[in-house]
Amino acid sequence: MGYASKSPWLIHYDGSSCNGCDIEVLDSLMPLYDLERFGIINTGNPKHADIFLVTGSVNHQNINVVKHIYEQMMEPKVVVACGICACTGGVFRDCYNIIGGVDKAIPVDVYAPGCAVRPETIIDAVLKAVEILDEKAKRLAAGEDPATIGKPMPETPNAPVDERHAAAEATAKAGEAKTEQPAAATKQTNE
Amino acid sequence: MATRSVIPFGPQHPVLPEPVHLDLVVEDERVVEAIPQIGFVHRGLEKLVQKRDFNQFVYVAERVCGICSFGHGYGYASATEKLMGIEIPRRAEYLRVILEELSRCHSHLLWLGLLADAFGFEALFNHCWRLRETVLDIFQRTCGARIILSITIVGGMAHDISDEDLKWVCEQLEGLKREYREIVDTMFNDVTVRERLCGVGYISFEDALELSMVGPFAKGSGIEHDMRTTGYGAYGDLEHFEPIISTECDCYARCKVRCEEVFQSIDIIEELVKKIPHDGIGGKPKAKVVPEGQSLVMIEQPRGEAFYYVRGNGTKNLDRFRMRTPTSQNLGGLVRALQGVDLADVPMIILTIDPCISCTER
Repeated sequence: MGYASKSPWLIHYDGSSCNGCDIEVLDSLMPLYDLERFGIINTGNPKHADIFLVTGSVNHQNINVVKHIYEQMMEPKVVVACGICACTGGVFRDCYNIIGGVDKAIPVDVYAPGCAVRPETIIDAVLKAVEILDEKAKRLAAGEDPATIGKPMPETPNAPVDERHAAAEATAKAGEAKTEQPAAATKQTNE
Repeated sequence: MATRSVIPFGPQHPVLPEPVHLDLVVEDERVVEAIPQIGFVHRGLEKLVQKRDFNQFVYVAERVCGICSFGHGYGYASATEKLMGIEIPRRAEYLRVILEELSRCHSHLLWLGLLADAFGFEALFNHCWRLRETVLDIFQRTCGARIILSITIVGGMAHDISDEDLKWVCEQLEGLKREYREIVDTMFNDVTVRERLCGVGYISFEDALELSMVGPFAKGSGIEHDMRTTGYGAYGDLEHFEPIISTECDCYARCKVRCEEVFQSIDIIEELVKKIPHDGIGGKPKAKVVPEGQSLVMIEQPRGEAFYYVRGNGTKNLDRFRMRTPTSQNLGGLVRALQGVDLADVPMIILTIDPCISCTER
């Protein structure tokens, strides 16, 4: 990483995480790991933030909160999914209330796996995010449209649940015992 | 007559590490009513017990909450062992209690940091989290992880902790104790801290009883209720155990209880390390299925009494797993404590119940 063109501020939101990743996110800002040495400050206001750290997967209650915070942030912005739950759903992927990873709600730029994610991984992920942020800022300065600068919003946030439901119904009709899981749910995690 | 307005508080708020939503009904600066709305962290974890077998579910139970993670694994494993009629070796019991007390230290240090952050005492916040790293280093060396330890299995422990490591743990805790004493003394004699905490969030002894509050929240109101006095695990082998209580009933009292509990935990660990027997650590049970029946276990978590219930149906999957966590008991008390306070005191009161939302909603 070279010089960053600005000191990025970050905002943290706990999706349906178990707190393990949240305290590691806070921990990476504390004196021992000290993410703040890169000029990064934790802010509570989405309008001031450049990097959005999400921990935990999205469920039916918080999906709109996650989307809302994302929409309030100014371009250019980067999303980091912290922890395996935020990446894919992790151990909770089979729970009835879990839609899946954060990329089911908003576009994710950096994935930081781990259960709980280690502060070293978070630092690495945030520095990657800063690079992406710089690149986006350059593209914006070159006159690109802010609306198309990031990845597109995922269109059908409820798709995996519906798919599974449909698959279960189909197999029930066919009389088969084994239900087919969608690809996202069978992904290996480092539990 | 002051006009009434509603201020939404959360789910995303700088003082809240976890999402909970409160609708604060205010008249000028005074909170008249607080209406909580929960469900942001609900995953439906209890239902997962029907999809995972009883050995695998320990890892899910540990992920109920990352702060009191070890305790949930402990509670689930003991309830299942009770149901299956397994008696684990004493060394495993001792190791579990030592790790549980270490979790209490780490949880209370974390909480003190967050509280300090809520009233803008940044230096104390950073110091507490620096000290907490000592406990995390202990976990790293003895269990191989910082937050989710995954050392408990049904039937004992996954691996042993050597006597040299336990001795090293005591040395580390000695240093922690000295530094923490300094911090606590400075904090409790600070005029600003007293100003922010004394007399705030008053819950009387009668109210605490009526709302059946648990943990340091109840102990701060003078209720002497601690599951450790029942002597489960290795607590029965302690020479002397008395819960720490305070009768001032405000935020300051609850802080005092928690800070003293850290010292008490360190003393318990030191005593148990001296007494620890050498009779193995157990292992995975030979039985492949859980018998029919039910069992329940209550343990004292950092936030108070937690209750674990399991029901087996003769297969390798349990039929039902149910837990009641301390924060769900304390939410009633929180709503009562918030009535009639200044808006500026709301974060302090929320933090002195030490809410753990992901435990509550699972």
